[in-house]
Amino acid sequence: MSDTLAGLLQVGALIAALALCWRPLGDYIAHTLTTTKDLKVERGIYRLIGVDSKSDQRWTVYAASVLAFSAVGVVLLYALQRAQDHLPWSLDLPGVDPALAFNTAASFVTNTNWQAYSGEATMGHLVQMAGLAVQNFVSAAVGICVAVALIRGFVRSQSDRLGNFWVDLVRVVVRILLPLSVIAAVLLIGLGVIQNLSSGTDVSTLVGGHQTLPGGPVASQEAIKELGTNGGGFFNANSAHPFESPTPFTNIVENFLLLLIPVAMTRTFGTMVGDRRQGIAVLAVMTTIWGSLVVLVTTLEVNHHGTALQAAGAAMEGKETRFGEWASALFAVSTTGTSTGAVNSFHSSFTGVSGGGLLFNMGLGEVAPGGVGSGLYGMLVLAIMTVFVAGLMVGRTPEYLGKKITSREIKLVSLYILATPLIVLIGTAIAMSFATPRASMLSPGSPHGLSEVLYGFMSAGNNNGSAFAGLSANTTFYNVALATAMLLGRFVPMILVLALAGAFGRQQKVPATQGTLPTHGPLFIGMLTGVVVIVAGLTYFPVLALGPLAEGL
Amino acid sequence: MFSAVARQLLPAFRAMIVMTLLLGLAYPLVLTGFAQVAFSDKADGSLVRQDGKVVGSSLIGQSFDGLPQYFQSRPSAAGDGYDPLASGASNLGPENGDLLAAIEERRTAAAELDGTAPGQVAPDALTASGSGLDPQISPAYAEQQVARVARERGMAAAAVRRLVEEYTDGRSLGFLGEPGVNVLLLNLALDRASGKAD
Repeated sequence: MSDTLAGLLQVGALIAALALCWRPLGDYIAHTLTTTKDLKVERGIYRLIGVDSKSDQRWTVYAASVLAFSAVGVVLLYALQRAQDHLPWSLDLPGVDPALAFNTAASFVTNTNWQAYSGEATMGHLVQMAGLAVQNFVSAAVGICVAVALIRGFVRSQSDRLGNFWVDLVRVVVRILLPLSVIAAVLLIGLGVIQNLSSGTDVSTLVGGHQTLPGGPVASQEAIKELGTNGGGFFNANSAHPFESPTPFTNIVENFLLLLIPVAMTRTFGTMVGDRRQGIAVLAVMTTIWGSLVVLVTTLEVNHHGTALQAAGAAMEGKETRFGEWASALFAVSTTGTSTGAVNSFHSSFTGVSGGGLLFNMGLGEVAPGGVGSGLYGMLVLAIMTVFVAGLMVGRTPEYLGKKITSREIKLVSLYILATPLIVLIGTAIAMSFATPRASMLSPGSPHGLSEVLYGFMSAGNNNGSAFAGLSANTTFYNVALATAMLLGRFVPMILVLALAGAFGRQQKVPATQGTLPTHGPLFIGMLTGVVVIVAGLTYFPVLALGPLAEGL
Repeated sequence: MFSAVARQLLPAFRAMIVMTLLLGLAYPLVLTGFAQVAFSDKADGSLVRQDGKVVGSSLIGQSFDGLPQYFQSRPSAAGDGYDPLASGASNLGPENGDLLAAIEERRTAAAELDGTAPGQVAPDALTASGSGLDPQISPAYAEQQVARVARERGMAAAAVRRLVEEYTDGRSLGFLGEPGVNVLLLNLALDRASGKAD
């Protein structure tokens, strides 16, 4: 079979698998978050937590619950890392340094999973399991909760209540993430991903050298790492590591898992608002952007422009033999489009323009299809902006899903759209202005060096977590600066989305008239795609021109 | 807002404890138990034994530098090469001068070792993998090395080539990923076939 045919079949199989799961999973998520029935185990958890599952929260209380839960998460994860040398299963590793522990705590609580550390050399099994993997679950759940709260804002009429965060959180974990993770982990174990508590096996190699083969509960963590669009690898090499992804089959399973929930959430949205075409329209925009970037990055990698890549004869630097160029490009686009940040190949060694494409994919705000929950609410915010722009053109009060877009809503939307670019660009500018952070570049004084720093802040501000790993980011400056970028990049948009949900919920639904812009047809899909690309393009074009574009030309 | 957050701290703390017990201990430990019972070989890292002694993992590459009787692995950026405690890539960019120099140096060495024209050296012989632990090389790079290995071991090229084919993993399901040759398993089989060749 030719490389091209195999590559195309691989992309086709991924799309087919996602299409098969889209409807049942999307509807199941919608059912989970709308049913009034609690499971017995859930009632037990509510009693332990001490919350009344029947009480509905205003948006402010919902937001306060998100913030309180996340703050506690940061503190506990920080403490666990600092104390790891006093705890079991630590593999005799020392406690993690304060700046790195703070960075990692912020990173995992914000669903970013930026890793300034090397997993096998820093984190013992207990921190991996009881710290990092727990945040993989709950940070993903928080994203879904916020997205669902926004949907409820559209659905409800003249209500200041958005649901109960604690109920949403527990249900998402117990009914969605945990069962799916168990299935995925069992599959990965069967395909060769390791799952043990060994502290490492010393071996004499065939020719008398020495290797220590690491151990760990990898498959259980790998499952939720992808499913929750987290991306933090058990090992430094992430999903390129043969113990995390030993075969092309495990690779496509992981690629599928990281797209699964963000894609299915579009069906959840359509089902909950009672008009499934709305969900399909959003999915169409996501698919268009993801598909275009898959074509672009794959073509560039297969043709491997760039001096060193031409010399080698293939873009195989930083890529695994078993994955090759096609599967690496597919994974790279999927991971940067979903806020996952897991990597099966190293983006820094991709062709210059591919690297720019991946940066741009994150710069879109990770809406193609975006992180679990965050992708959907990010896209809905852009949809509101699109309706507003269209309304300006024809001089009508814009509406979306029966809710008016008034000045309050559009202010919140504008703040949302501005928040992340401000964090990314100001962060990059500060880093480039001082000698110490500049010294962390692997390629100082070149466009690639700027790309390394920009990629770092883009990844942190958008809660992606992948890296142009050439940057030596484990310094006090980057640990603190990027942690700040991650926290602001996660919670400022979330609070704005919840405020928006509150504002919509209070409104009465207005019936659609002949003058209402339909938000499910090809016209709207085209306009929304345009707005997504133009907003990000105008924001990031100058800095992309100085970095990856200058390098690729 | 601050007092609203403060009011939620107690449920937040309790919820995090419950989640930690459920997701941080019960979930991974139950799965570890299951894996150890149902798939213990794979769960322990697909270890490879020779004469009862563990000599590595079939998933983790090893270095055979400077030993022409063995198939060579790809260049590695993991520590000093194939160090499983320091997995990772070079992260050098496509225009990086150091990468270009490394590629040319590897090309000269590989061409000399295998008696290949410098322009014909397989790309994966010139580039470091993503993990630094890549257990495989491409079929093209294996073919490039067949004549040398056969000569060094006094074996027929056809016999070596048969072993290469035996240790070539095709694409998963016929279309996923790329085919590759497992270097450690191949070299072990060579040792068995030619008696210990040292």
